[in-house]
Amino acid sequence: MNLIEIFSFVFVQRALLAGVLIAAVASILGVFLVLRRLSLIGDGLAHVTFGSVAFVLLVGFSPLYVTLAALPLVILSSLAILKLTRTRKIHGDAAIGIVSSIGIAAGILLASLSGGYSVDLLSYLFGNILTVNQNELILSFIVFLLVVSFVLIFYRDLFALTFDEELARSMGIKTKQINTVLFILTAVAAVLAMKVAGIMLVSAMLIIPPLTAMQLSVSFRLTIIFSVVFSILSVICGIIFSFLLNLPAGGTIVLFNVIFLLLIIATRRILPASR
Amino acid sequence: MPVNLISTEDLSFCYNGTEVLRNISFAVKKGDYLGIVGPNGSGKSTLIKNILGILQPQKGSVYVFGEPLASFRQWAKIGYLPQRLSALNTYFPCTVKEIVNLGSGAKASMQNFDNILRLMGIEHLSSRLIGELSYGEQQRTMLARALTGNPDLLILDEPTAALDPETRENFYSLTHELNHNQGTTIILITHDTGVIGKYARQMIYLDKKIIFSGTFEDFCTSPEMTGFFGSGTQHIICHQHDRSNA
Repeated sequence: MNLIEIFSFVFVQRALLAGVLIAAVASILGVFLVLRRLSLIGDGLAHVTFGSVAFVLLVGFSPLYVTLAALPLVILSSLAILKLTRTRKIHGDAAIGIVSSIGIAAGILLASLSGGYSVDLLSYLFGNILTVNQNELILSFIVFLLVVSFVLIFYRDLFALTFDEELARSMGIKTKQINTVLFILTAVAAVLAMKVAGIMLVSAMLIIPPLTAMQLSVSFRLTIIFSVVFSILSVICGIIFSFLLNLPAGGTIVLFNVIFLLLIIATRRILPASR
Repeated sequence: MPVNLISTEDLSFCYNGTEVLRNISFAVKKGDYLGIVGPNGSGKSTLIKNILGILQPQKGSVYVFGEPLASFRQWAKIGYLPQRLSALNTYFPCTVKEIVNLGSGAKASMQNFDNILRLMGIEHLSSRLIGELSYGEQQRTMLARALTGNPDLLILDEPTAALDPETRENFYSLTHELNHNQGTTIILITHDTGVIGKYARQMIYLDKKIIFSGTFEDFCTSPEMTGFFGSGTQHIICHQHDRSNA
């Protein structure tokens, strides 16, 4: 099967489009999260997503609406992480750990209540971008527009907040509101990334492309752009190779993310002054 | 009647039950150069953070440019240089230019931007990453950021801590020039009581509460300060800059 044949399938076209949109969303938000040392928020929210999906499947939602139905709980959990970090003098990693544990524990209990791990639940654990439905594609497009608009409009605020939160507050930036929007969008991105990479690998989509871009260390603006480029390239290469070699798409996409990271690190070592 | 750019009334602040500031009342008028001095842990930086809304006082009120802090919106009028960045990640991927630009409000122009970089002696560093710079260069970058928007009020929290003596002297001269020639109001926190006395029109000695408020000359002749420091130490502080000028 050649590339033209692969791209002629509607479900592949839909997967590529959704994958590119979700990759862009996760990699943009990932830059702000990684630099604020909240890298593992993706992991924590993915575990909550597991609990939410288990609940949604137990209640009996149609698979068409599982992603949408899982959203409210994941958004609330994301805001809980933010709140815990702010009010209880708990560090970000510990706050993520608490919410993550609740999510995974709830998931295990709910899966057990529904008579064990169903095929549906396992498909969310490992992800399958090729099963993206019309609703999820529309949601991806809306979230992509929201994230890009948010970053373009509040770029200066987000940059200041990421660089130094106290400094941002001294500039009159409404850090509380900006943080709230950032955490809500991260929750939505985590749920969408679950579809691409699976619950097990959501954090990879948020962490690895920004880390790859940071190896190039040119400027903040270019770090965001490079992060998006590496993430999108990984999704495209991952989908094509998974199709050609009959491999799981999620794992292949994440492997490409890692390959790009290693390539950039190796190039930087060979050409240390290349900037 | 000069406008108070900053004023506090009975401001008190506790951190985890420990009193850090007690009943602080003072005012800074337009054109003032106020030096705030005091020992480590005396609440100097906490006072500034309360003024800027970074921390919320438990008691008392803060007015900024005549407005209650809660309703104040014209933050571009204030340039702030923090004591140290809360957690500067060495690998933070941003350039000196990006950071300095962060301070530019609507008032800033490219010419002003270049002038400030030159003034701070960092024009050759503009495309370098912040994490690649020495602490002193980072400090000058942050000061350039505070100055880019042509602020009416400059708040500097221990700005010379990491600077070499020559750069430190240049820095104080620059604050003097900004205050005298451009009318920029300055609040400067330092441990360097003797040196700031040479530049500041007013001084506050803080140790959780205001121990002294007045001019440097008053500080040097104040019986309360003699009682606080002892006459020998007070003499050394007050004549430190005579020696540095000699």
